Amino acid sequence: MATESVTNPQPPGLRGLVSDWASDKDAFKQVSWGKAMMWIFLLSDTFIFSCFLTGYMTVRISTTADWPNPSEVFALTIAGQSIPLILIAIMTFVLISSSGTMAMAVNFGYRRRRLPAALLMLTTALLGATFVGMQAFEWTKLIEEGVRPWGNPMGAAQFGAAFFMITGFHGLHVSVGVIYLSIVAFKVLRGDYERRGNYQIIEITGLYWHFVDLVWVFIFAFFYLW
Amino acid sequence: MAHAHTQGQQHPIGLYLKIWGLLFLLSTLSYLVDYFQFQGLMRWSLIILFMLLKAGLIVAIFMHMAWERLAIVYAILLPPGCLLVLVGLMAAEADYTLLSRLYFFSGNE
Repeated sequence: MATESVTNPQPPGLRGLVSDWASDKDAFKQVSWGKAMMWIFLLSDTFIFSCFLTGYMTVRISTTADWPNPSEVFALTIAGQSIPLILIAIMTFVLISSSGTMAMAVNFGYRRRRLPAALLMLTTALLGATFVGMQAFEWTKLIEEGVRPWGNPMGAAQFGAAFFMITGFHGLHVSVGVIYLSIVAFKVLRGDYERRGNYQIIEITGLYWHFVDLVWVFIFAFFYLW
Repeated sequence: MAHAHTQGQQHPIGLYLKIWGLLFLLSTLSYLVDYFQFQGLMRWSLIILFMLLKAGLIVAIFMHMAWERLAIVYAILLPPGCLLVLVGLMAAEADYTLLSRLYFFSGNE
C-alpha cells in the first residue's frame, strides 16, 4: 500500500476519503459502477436479512414456551449414533468451499485464463446446488416431524416461522446464485469477456456469492448454534 | 496498486487457499462449541467471536474490501451499524413483551 501514493494520483487513507467524497462526478474511485452497484445491492440485502434475524431474536426472547434445542432438532443418526447438528456443519463446509473456488475463479479470470475460471465457477455452482439439495433434505425431515410455520411438537410455535422464513430466503439466494454463476460461466467459456478484455464480471458475481456465504455465517451462529 | 487499477484485483492464489483453510478451522471450532455443549456466557462469546472472525475474513479477503479505497469501505460497512440500534430496541421491547406475558397470562392456562 506504500507504493500507492507514488503510482496513484488519488491520496490514500482518510484524506483520500474526504477528497473522494468531495470530488466531482464519482465518489468511488477505482471501483467500476457495476461493482459499486453490486455492493449497494448487497448492503440493501444485508438490511433484509438483518430484519429477519432481528425478528427471530424478538420472538425468541418474548416467547414464554421453551425454544426447541437446535442441537437436537438438527441432529442426524449416522451409523446408529446421533450426531448433533452434523448436517448443518456439512452444509457450512460445502458453502465455504464454494466461496474458496469462487475466489480462485476471480483470480483466474483476471489472469485471462478463461477455461480454469469457468470450470471453477461451475464447481462453485455445483457446490451451491449441493447446499440447496441438503437444505431440501433438512426441510423435508422437519416437515415430516410436524414442524409448521404456525407450530411444532418440540416447543415454541414461532420456531417454524423463523426457520422457514430465514433459511428459505437464504436458500432462494443460493438458488439464484447458482443460476447467475452458470450464466456468467457460460459467457466466460464462450469468450464474451475475452473480446471485451474485461473479466471484472467474475469479481462482481463473486461478490454476490461471497455475500451468500457471509449471510450463512450469521444464520449458522444465531439460528443453529445459539 | 496501479496494476490493480488496470487489471482488477490480483493476489496470489496461495492467499485464498490460506483463508479457505482458516475458514474451515473457524467453522470446525464453532461446530465444536455445540458438540461439547458449552453453555452460558462462554458459549455466546465463542459463537460471536468465531462468527465475527469468519465474516471479517470473507469481507476483507474474499470480497477484497481490504484493498478498496476508504470511500467505498465506509459507504458499505458503516450503514449496517444502524442495525445495532434496531437490535437494541427490539431486545428491550421483547423483554417487555415477555414480562407482560408472564405477568398477565401465567396461571390462567
